[in-house]
Amino acid sequence: MTQDTVILSIETSCDETAASVVRNGTEIMSNVVVSQIESHKRFGGVVPEVASRHHVETITLVIEQALEEAGMAPEGLSAVAVTEGPGLIGALLVGINAAKAFSFAHDLPLIPVHHIAGHIYANQLEEELEFPLVALIVSGGHTELIYMDDHLSFEVIGETRDDAVGEAYDKVARVIGLPYPGGPHVDRLSREGADTFDFPRAYLEQGSYDFSFSGLKSAVINTLHNRRQKGLEIKKEDVARSFQESAVDVLTKKTMDAVEEYEVKHLLVAGGVAANSGLRQRFESLCSEHDVKLSIPKLKFCTDNAAMIGAVAHHLYQQNHFASLDLNGRNFIDIELFV
Amino acid sequence: MKLEVNINNIEETEQLAEILGPLISGGTVMLLKGDLGAGKTTFAQCVGITLGVRRRMSSPTFNIIKSYNAENFVLHHMDCYRLENSDEDLGFDEYFNEQDVSIIEWPGFIEEFLPDEYLSVTIEKTAGDGRLFTLESNGAKYDSVLEALQNVIPSD
Ligand SMILES: Nc1ncnc2c1ncn2[C@@H]1O[C@H](COP(=O)(O)OP(=O)(O)OP(=O)(O)O)[C@@H](O)[C@H]1O
Ligand SMILES: Nc1ncnc2c1ncn2[C@@H]1O[C@H](COP(=O)(O)OP(=O)(O)O)[C@@H](O)[C@H]1O
Ligand SMILES: [Mg+2]
Ligand SMILES: [Mg+2]
Repeated sequence: MTQDTVILSIETSCDETAASVVRNGTEIMSNVVVSQIESHKRFGGVVPEVASRHHVETITLVIEQALEEAGMAPEGLSAVAVTEGPGLIGALLVGINAAKAFSFAHDLPLIPVHHIAGHIYANQLEEELEFPLVALIVSGGHTELIYMDDHLSFEVIGETRDDAVGEAYDKVARVIGLPYPGGPHVDRLSREGADTFDFPRAYLEQGSYDFSFSGLKSAVINTLHNRRQKGLEIKKEDVARSFQESAVDVLTKKTMDAVEEYEVKHLLVAGGVAANSGLRQRFESLCSEHDVKLSIPKLKFCTDNAAMIGAVAHHLYQQNHFASLDLNGRNFIDIELFV
Repeated sequence: MKLEVNINNIEETEQLAEILGPLISGGTVMLLKGDLGAGKTTFAQCVGITLGVRRRMSSPTFNIIKSYNAENFVLHHMDCYRLENSDEDLGFDEYFNEQDVSIIEWPGFIEEFLPDEYLSVTIEKTAGDGRLFTLESNGAKYDSVLEALQNVIPSD
């Protein structure tokens, strides 16, 4: 029997302050996430503060709680892992500094992790990854199609050229008067509406796996503007449905094309927008039609969390991919060059 | 100083960026104002290309600050959209220095952290793909940018 690898992981790249203890890259011993959106709501605010301040206030408690819930003392750990990027530098640094201090104090190796690799490996917390695979990452900050033929081997085959799909959801929600973050609200409304507006589908050039959602955003804004000027009625649920149909059509078409071209049998979908009911349903029916295995992690593993960072870190640990104590946050890291 | 430029389509947005690009140097701060979908990111992308940025510049709304290597300096592409109702200082001082260039969408939400001098660009939709670009200079350095721009701009 080889010895267990137990990793403490930390994630602070955006709005969530998170820490987790994961054994052997698959078994979650604890998973603590404090969302700024929630803590902000609790205190009566409406818009999340993307505050390094918030991370600073929370990080120590989150780490302590993760260790306590796991019943782990620092001596029992194999390593400490942390999101190196991409993200907001100030926010990343809070997690990185905490990880460095922990690594130094307890003489543990420090493992730097790419945030998007984390989103992909969130799936490993529920089932084995089966290579080769295609992963679609859809969140507020990312829309990427990634091909993997083995662990830690990432090839970006498509990405957004402008707005991320979650961002488009949030902005469209705003123009139809829904609260932040708008994705879930648009999703809910869309179920009551019909695709009456027939917004454009941005497929881009033949053969491209890139995405573009700013044209769709503009189309929604222009349509609303024109109808308001003419005093025409606007059925919000139809706007929501029409928008969602366009987004889902493009996301699923490109993804299934990639699945076919790269001849993979396993499709992963992750990131906050993977919660979208329209997107899930469409992928479910397409994948059963094409005999492709579909994995979408539970919602709590789709949105930012630290367990997913621990899942990647397990493989990095086995390859001795460690950082020195001068590790710095980076707002961009190429995932293809990351390992 | 103030300069208005009427743009009829996206190609003309690219042309404006090509004229403005060479006038941008280390330390330049450019504010991009306008409604959702006005074309701030699109214009920032066009300017980035003329400055020699090779990586794709996608919307910075979520990450707020994305930094790129341009040919002669580091370009920070910022978007303060998510900082509405926040008084958070993300360490902006460090970005607004003599060497780097910053292009900022939704600058109104970080009014108190902006430098004293900057070039402000307001984009408004006109008909179809048309846009009215209003460029305003704040400070001598930017007055000369606009003067130079005025001399090379093709009059409609
Ligand atoms: N002449 C033009 N100049 C700029 N953009 C144009 C023009 N004509 C059409 N567009 C389109 O308008 C849209 C502008 O979207 P973009 O995301 O750049 O806006 P933005 O101002 O950055 O919005 P946000 O406030 O969401 O950041 C794009 O889809 C772009 O192709
Ligand atoms: N049901 C849904 N449909 C569409 N978008 C959703 C849904 N639920 C959440 N979102 C969107 O997901 C995004 C959040 O994703 P998340 O993974 O937390 O972002 P990031 O990792 O970039 O911080 C937001 O844009 C939010 O509106
Ligand atoms: Mg994320
Ligand atoms: Mg923008």
